[in-house]
Amino acid sequence: MLEIKGLTKTFGGLTAVSNVNLSVEEGKIISLIGPNGAGKTTLFAMVAGFLKPNGGTVLFENKDITNLKPHSICELGMVRTFQVTQPFAKLTTLENIMVGAYCRTPDRELARERARAVAHQVGMTTALDQPADSLTVSGRKRLELARALATQPRLLLLDEVMAGLNPTEIDEIVDVIKKIRDSGVTIFLIEHVMKAVMNLSDYTYVLNDGVRIADGTPTQIANNSAVIEAYLGQGAAEIMRDGGSSDA
Amino acid sequence: MKSLMSRNGLLCLAGLVVALLIPQFINNKFYIDVLTLILFSAFLGQSWNILGGYAGQFSFGGVVFFGTGAYASSILFKTFGIDPWIGIFGAIAAGALMGAFIGFISFRYGLKGSYFALITLAFAEFFRIIANSVEFTGGGVGIFIDHKPSLAQLQFNDTAGYYYLAMAMTVISLLIAWWLERSRFGASLVAIRENEDAAQALGVNAFRCKMYAICISGAMGGAGGTFYAQKFLYLDPPIAYGIGTSVEMLLVTIVGGLGTVFGPLIGSFVLHGINEVARHYLEAPGLSMIVYGLILIGIVGFLPNGLIGLVRSTLKRFSGGGNA
Repeated sequence: MLEIKGLTKTFGGLTAVSNVNLSVEEGKIISLIGPNGAGKTTLFAMVAGFLKPNGGTVLFENKDITNLKPHSICELGMVRTFQVTQPFAKLTTLENIMVGAYCRTPDRELARERARAVAHQVGMTTALDQPADSLTVSGRKRLELARALATQPRLLLLDEVMAGLNPTEIDEIVDVIKKIRDSGVTIFLIEHVMKAVMNLSDYTYVLNDGVRIADGTPTQIANNSAVIEAYLGQGAAEIMRDGGSSDA
Repeated sequence: MKSLMSRNGLLCLAGLVVALLIPQFINNKFYIDVLTLILFSAFLGQSWNILGGYAGQFSFGGVVFFGTGAYASSILFKTFGIDPWIGIFGAIAAGALMGAFIGFISFRYGLKGSYFALITLAFAEFFRIIANSVEFTGGGVGIFIDHKPSLAQLQFNDTAGYYYLAMAMTVISLLIAWWLERSRFGASLVAIRENEDAAQALGVNAFRCKMYAICISGAMGGAGGTFYAQKFLYLDPPIAYGIGTSVEMLLVTIVGGLGTVFGPLIGSFVLHGINEVARHYLEAPGLSMIVYGLILIGIVGFLPNGLIGLVRSTLKRFSGGGNA
């Protein structure tokens, strides 16, 4: 469904994303993990048309979208959320979601109806008339998700929708994401909450210093020494293995 | 909710009837003239409001559309003998074209916020100097328009004629804003104002929407230019492209309420009202301006959402108290 080939982005002398290949299969939940500063959000920004890559191509449903603008990509059926939530602060929750719904219909009543349905889907029915800037962190994350869903995407890019949520809220949103997947939307997500990554993903890619260092099922990734070293430092995998054996 | 909406509709209708009847009851030409200028100022304010209030693109050179329209219909009239009632469409087109030109240059290169404000200010000054230097605008001497009262000339014998024309234009501008609030296009503009990146992520073509907004704003400003030229029968570069009008356009809107249908109208009434009252009661020259300035500081400083915002929050408090 999504095919990324040799994607590269440099900012001055810094290579944020270097020659990354990955693919997202339809109907799955694919995750992208990696330490802070690994280039995950930069990768998302390039895929969604917010940043121009220095090299490489992005194919969405076999169509080259590398140089398309964000709004065209959204119309094609791929939408991203923002890691730092970007609500339309002075609008109500419903009005916020309606902006997304207007992507598929010019009709106000239809857009309102669609927005209501999406709000129900992500559990925001009680906050419909609340201004977006009065929402809690969890509310804002849900709003990001709801607005994106309202554009009726086939591929949803979620950038850390669980960051800053408490364990109960995380469990709730994990359920919501599973239901979205079950409704036929493919999901590609960046996440730091490992419990959620393990629980949700069908396949995981790991990025470190802009380079793809590993990929596989979540269980394979959790035991991959390159991944452990990327997170904990050089030699960490060995220490953990040794530590594990001496304890036993 | 439904009764509230119909109540608002009735209020609008009542306002319209009162506005229509005013010249029948007030014979004083001075008051009719003041009312005409209030409506005209509200109309120009609405032109600014579409771009600045709804789309959030703060222009500091809103006058550029007004001036372009005024020159367009006046030159069409003086040089080509085209009657202003046709010329006003030329002015509308010229204003929209000017909007497209300035919009393309500014938005293509992603100018926002204070940069957009500065470039629009620069364009207004640029065209003021151009209008001063070329011959077909009459240069610094300006353009005198003959007084030949008739509907085709958009000139009238009595002040009531101008009043009705200004009223018709204001009603049209209110309808444009009303439509905007109910359309997808309006929702896109507001989304761009609140957060352009997020709007684009959700499928809003920000560049195209901003271009439409500045063209609509320009078209309205252009029509206002024709009205001015036919009412005052004289036009020169400082009138057509002076910064004072730009400031007035944004002031009435901010005081009344940014991005609201009635903001510019209410702001215009209050500001002009204060101005006239202060001028009438304060004898010392310049004192009225000081009072005007102080009241303005008060409104801008303490009412971030303008007078409409004040009314809304008060209503909310009352209805909230009623429910409790």
